[in-house]
Amino acid sequence: MRKRDGILNKYSVVQRGEVKWAYLFIAPQMIGLAVFTLGPILYAGYLSFTKWNLIKPPQWVGVQNYLDQLQDPAFGNLLRNTVFITAGYIPLVMIVSLAMALALNQKLRFTVVYRTAYFMPVVTSLVAIALVWRWVLQPDFGLVNYLLSLIGIEGPTWLSSTKWAIPGLIFMRVWWGAGFYMVIFLAGLQGIPQEYQDAAKVDGASAWQRFRHVTLPLLSPTTFFVFIMASIWTLQIFDQVFIMTGGGPGEATEVFLLRIYRLAFRYFRMGDAAALSMILFLIIGCFTFFQSRYAQRWVHYDLS
Amino acid sequence: MQNGRSIEMRNSLSRIVTHGIVAGGALFMMLPFFWMLSAAVKRREDIFVLPPVWIPQEILWQNFVEVWTTVPMAQAYVNSLKIAGTVTLATLATSSLAAYAFAKIEFPGKRISFVTLMATIMIPSQATLIPVYILMRHIGWIDTHWPLIVPPALTNAFGVFLLRQFFMSVPDELIDAARIEGANPFQIYLRVAIPIVRPALVTLAIFTFLGNWNSFLTPLIYINSEELWTVPLLISNFQDAYGVDTEWSLLMAASSLALIPVLIVYIFSQRYFIEGVALTGLKG
Repeated sequence: MRKRDGILNKYSVVQRGEVKWAYLFIAPQMIGLAVFTLGPILYAGYLSFTKWNLIKPPQWVGVQNYLDQLQDPAFGNLLRNTVFITAGYIPLVMIVSLAMALALNQKLRFTVVYRTAYFMPVVTSLVAIALVWRWVLQPDFGLVNYLLSLIGIEGPTWLSSTKWAIPGLIFMRVWWGAGFYMVIFLAGLQGIPQEYQDAAKVDGASAWQRFRHVTLPLLSPTTFFVFIMASIWTLQIFDQVFIMTGGGPGEATEVFLLRIYRLAFRYFRMGDAAALSMILFLIIGCFTFFQSRYAQRWVHYDLS
Repeated sequence: MQNGRSIEMRNSLSRIVTHGIVAGGALFMMLPFFWMLSAAVKRREDIFVLPPVWIPQEILWQNFVEVWTTVPMAQAYVNSLKIAGTVTLATLATSSLAAYAFAKIEFPGKRISFVTLMATIMIPSQATLIPVYILMRHIGWIDTHWPLIVPPALTNAFGVFLLRQFFMSVPDELIDAARIEGANPFQIYLRVAIPIVRPALVTLAIFTFLGNWNSFLTPLIYINSEELWTVPLLISNFQDAYGVDTEWSLLMAASSLALIPVLIVYIFSQRYFIEGVALTGLKG
């Protein structure tokens, strides 16, 4: 009898007794949400309208910090760097990881071994592996330029060149991150029903036509997910740049988090740093908003 | 017949070519690791030799000893293990409790609290970096491990989201049966629901541990004292202390010491890592 009531009525006697348990269960995460996320976001918003060096009390300056940041040539520079990194990295990592996934989806022998190797960089600490890559990209005795010299190309000076530092960072990042997106693409590929491929084969479609007109459209939700994740993470790049170039040479590889870090924890310009982090926050917000809006337009879902 | 055989030959040929490409790719991915190890056991002067010698005639294990004894590597390992381990255990507890409540208990305010929590998934942690730092400064937690443990243990909206998806699939009949036997919600959560979502817990544990083990920006901001360094912080400081243009073998020995234990754990449990990504990717 009691049990049936429990099913029929959402707030039965039994369940009413459970309400206090529910509050207890969600309490730690809710306290964390208030103390370490929502509260701080509001406080960061307030700080961004003040000048504060941690010593004297904060001084209200209105939107001055935002104007200062937006007009600072350093901001234009870091925005340009971020655009270059994103525009180079995203297409490259998506192509490489999709190619890996397609190759591993053939059910070859030793697939597990290959998959383990492709994914291996993902688990490494970016700090330690970035240090390794400084050595890999070393102009005179590094691995990359040595390999290039084998095919008769004289490699650039990579991280110490204003022109090649960003390509060097992108190259390393693709190596590091491709395995991660490969696994997501693999999961997506395995979700495509074999009948579609078979039907296309019967109709005489070539491997390329099957990829272009069957696999790619049906994979678009996965592609879209990878695109969002990669974009948002690229905007927040820090460890790798901090270790490999420190933002240099000059300011050729300055990125958002590096400048926020320096403003706040080297120069103690808390208000300016807060303003810049709010700007980045808004950019990431716009990104997710526009992408979720335009998602429906070009993403094909399985109709069956 | 003739035709059939030639198709078969073409198939096996294309299979060999595919294998070659896939294996070549795998080798390419591994090269930086070999490059690191090779440099780590070389003498300083052998680093700068062309063409590079992959396996030096004299393997210099001494480099590892030198790194291990000049910087507090053992201490950094203990610190990183302590921090990542504590955060992982605490995150599993706090996220799964909240996720269970959101999935299986009806209570006033459920919708609004869940929606608010989910809205914060997309908030990058850097947006709260400065205010949280100031908070930590107020309560005197600068140069302690607490700022690296408490906030991540109490804020894992993604973990709540992931586990909730799995708790939803726990049959209500099981819960009702336990309830009739007089179990309270905590007992039902622990004995009925938790065993069913174990795979998701393993996934969350791996990624929480890895994320906190590798975390760099927060230790960089909060930690000064050498005895509190984490492994990434130690590597970064080691790089600053040693000249990048001369001491490559020591730097690579340090990187090797930082990376090899993680890589060994990964190789023996790669299935969990990879299935975990697929799981979170699909659910996300």
